[in-house]
Amino acid sequence: MTPEVERGEVLLRATDVTKHFAVGGVSLRPRSARPVVHAVEGVSLQVRRGETLGVVGESGCGKSTLGRCLVRLTELTAGRVELAGQDITHLSRRQLRPVRRNVQLVFQDPYASLNPRRRIGDIIAEPLQLHGSGTPAQVRAEVGELLERVGLSTSHVDRYPHEFSGGQRQRVGIARALAMNPMLIVADEPVSALDVSIQAQVLNLFADLQDDLGLTYVFIAHDLGVVRHVSDRIAVMYLGELVEVADADPLYDAPAHPYSEALLSAAPEIDDGTEQVQRERIVLTGDVPNPVDKPTGCPFHPRCPYAQERCVIERPPLAEVAPGRFTACHFPLITATGEPAAHAMAQR
Amino acid sequence: MPEPLLEVQDLRVSFRTRRGVARAVDGLSFSLQPGEVLGVVGESGSGKSVSMMSMLKLIRDPNCTVEGSARFRGQDLIAMNDNELRQLRGRDISMIFQDPMTSLTPVYTVGWHIAEQLGAHTRVSKATGRARAIELLEEVGIPDPARRVDDYPHQFSGGMRQRAVIAMGLANNPSLLIADEPTTALDVTTQAQVLDLLRRLRREHGSSIILITHDMGVVSQLADRVLVMYAGRAVEEGAKTDVFHDPQHPYTWGLLGSVPRARAPRVRRLPAIPGSPASALTAPAGCAFAPRCAHRHGLCDEQPPLVGGAHSDACWLPRDSRRDLHLTAVQVER
Repeated sequence: MTPEVERGEVLLRATDVTKHFAVGGVSLRPRSARPVVHAVEGVSLQVRRGETLGVVGESGCGKSTLGRCLVRLTELTAGRVELAGQDITHLSRRQLRPVRRNVQLVFQDPYASLNPRRRIGDIIAEPLQLHGSGTPAQVRAEVGELLERVGLSTSHVDRYPHEFSGGQRQRVGIARALAMNPMLIVADEPVSALDVSIQAQVLNLFADLQDDLGLTYVFIAHDLGVVRHVSDRIAVMYLGELVEVADADPLYDAPAHPYSEALLSAAPEIDDGTEQVQRERIVLTGDVPNPVDKPTGCPFHPRCPYAQERCVIERPPLAEVAPGRFTACHFPLITATGEPAAHAMAQR
Repeated sequence: MPEPLLEVQDLRVSFRTRRGVARAVDGLSFSLQPGEVLGVVGESGSGKSVSMMSMLKLIRDPNCTVEGSARFRGQDLIAMNDNELRQLRGRDISMIFQDPMTSLTPVYTVGWHIAEQLGAHTRVSKATGRARAIELLEEVGIPDPARRVDDYPHQFSGGMRQRAVIAMGLANNPSLLIADEPTTALDVTTQAQVLDLLRRLRREHGSSIILITHDMGVVSQLADRVLVMYAGRAVEEGAKTDVFHDPQHPYTWGLLGSVPRARAPRVRRLPAIPGSPASALTAPAGCAFAPRCAHRHGLCDEQPPLVGGAHSDACWLPRDSRRDLHLTAVQVER
């Protein structure tokens, strides 16, 4: 089950990626009886070269775990990840090393992801040295180039992370990721710790780098405005499962899954006097259920305003309900042509 | 115009540091009418939290100096001694913070926390305290409050904790609630629930709310008036629709432009403000925003006053040219 229309060359293909975490520490109970967090459950998606796939969802939905599975920072419980046609699911550490050049990560917290005892120049040079590219002089020249590429200056090489602001540190993190000239960057909430004006600068940097270097991004975030801004396609996650995958604009214009609809209607939008699509606000009741004890059937049914009996019993598969629109819902909010369905509440 | 509930005049908060004096709040004045929601927006370090905390003497740092006046119902909070202030805090004015876990003690139940707020100001029996706690939890939308009142904070989810903290803040029906980033730690759907709750409180109790946030969307949803702060000063102030529909200060333009919208047409690049926010230690003598401003000119070496009446701003640009400048600034980026 690969829920995408072929458009370009597929760079990353995830098939039924599943990640379970055992909880409760040491236990004498048999393995099968221990409680398990279903962090990611059967996620299949594809990322094409040069595009940005946004992964959006609330805290605990498994978006970060999915990101880590995609680059093999965590071992998968089940499923397969292919990068540029190569199955990387079961590669050993040594075999993974050349693969790691091609996929890099940018983390959320620019304060925690840089070693405070090392100079910026050394932090960025480390991947270059590890992968053995060039003489010290070449490495130094390359570090300078990378710093300028991300909007810092060569004179920053000898400074320590504490001398930088949050936005500058995030730029250092990006420079480090670029050092290996990767094909794919998985960015996990890269701007959520930054102030609005700095966030805009870093988002622009991501856009410029993509234009200049033809990078492919998997961009994980919870901010709906940010995700829409950066993404060509968006995957919406809820309780470890994909509930909707679609191009950014159609998804925001007419969400197909009730959860996407609720998420969009809950985002506080700035009223600046320009004409905007006014949505009916849908305020969900209750909280996200515990991923240890997931609801039966559709994981969203206890909070879904459209839920019916079938949703309690039968888990809906992710299916194409309109061209390019995939959703896991028995009663999708769009018709086969992508228009809002008659029963959707929040359409204009 | 009725008597304002709170009138802050020329509030100055400075910290003595090893690297010199940091002026965290530098001459802030504003007023708040009863029943009004004032949104205070700005980036980190703009002085939005410090100004509110200093009014309530919540800053215990001995290197901190607070000057100016903050008249609450005519009484100056800054001049009050600790005892007088203790009478007001939690009863007439209460403050809720971003991270609910720091306001809750893990070893006591949620109900105890709320009852303690009551007991601090009036003599209440255990039973009345508990009954009122259940009532308040019900009001902030905690399901099954009679049972949840005996839960410990760790048994609550993030959104429920924030609601429990709001319930604590409301225990004595304060006439002013200061909410410091009350939804920042929450998910969007939970945030929507908390915003609804704050909206209802204002409607049903007529409380005034000062909402401190960096999220322009949240302010747009809830506030009547908006105060934009930069480097410890107010740069623009006015009714929400005035500030958001017709922003006057270049910093407000930048702030509004920097936010990626979920519902507006997409742009490849955002009109970002260059540079980083001014630090309280290095704020220039003139307009603090000048180093980042595309429209700075000779006059900006001098600090502009906040002028303009109901919709005021602190900028030297001639008012009649602002709209054109703003439009060109936006178009250049697109």
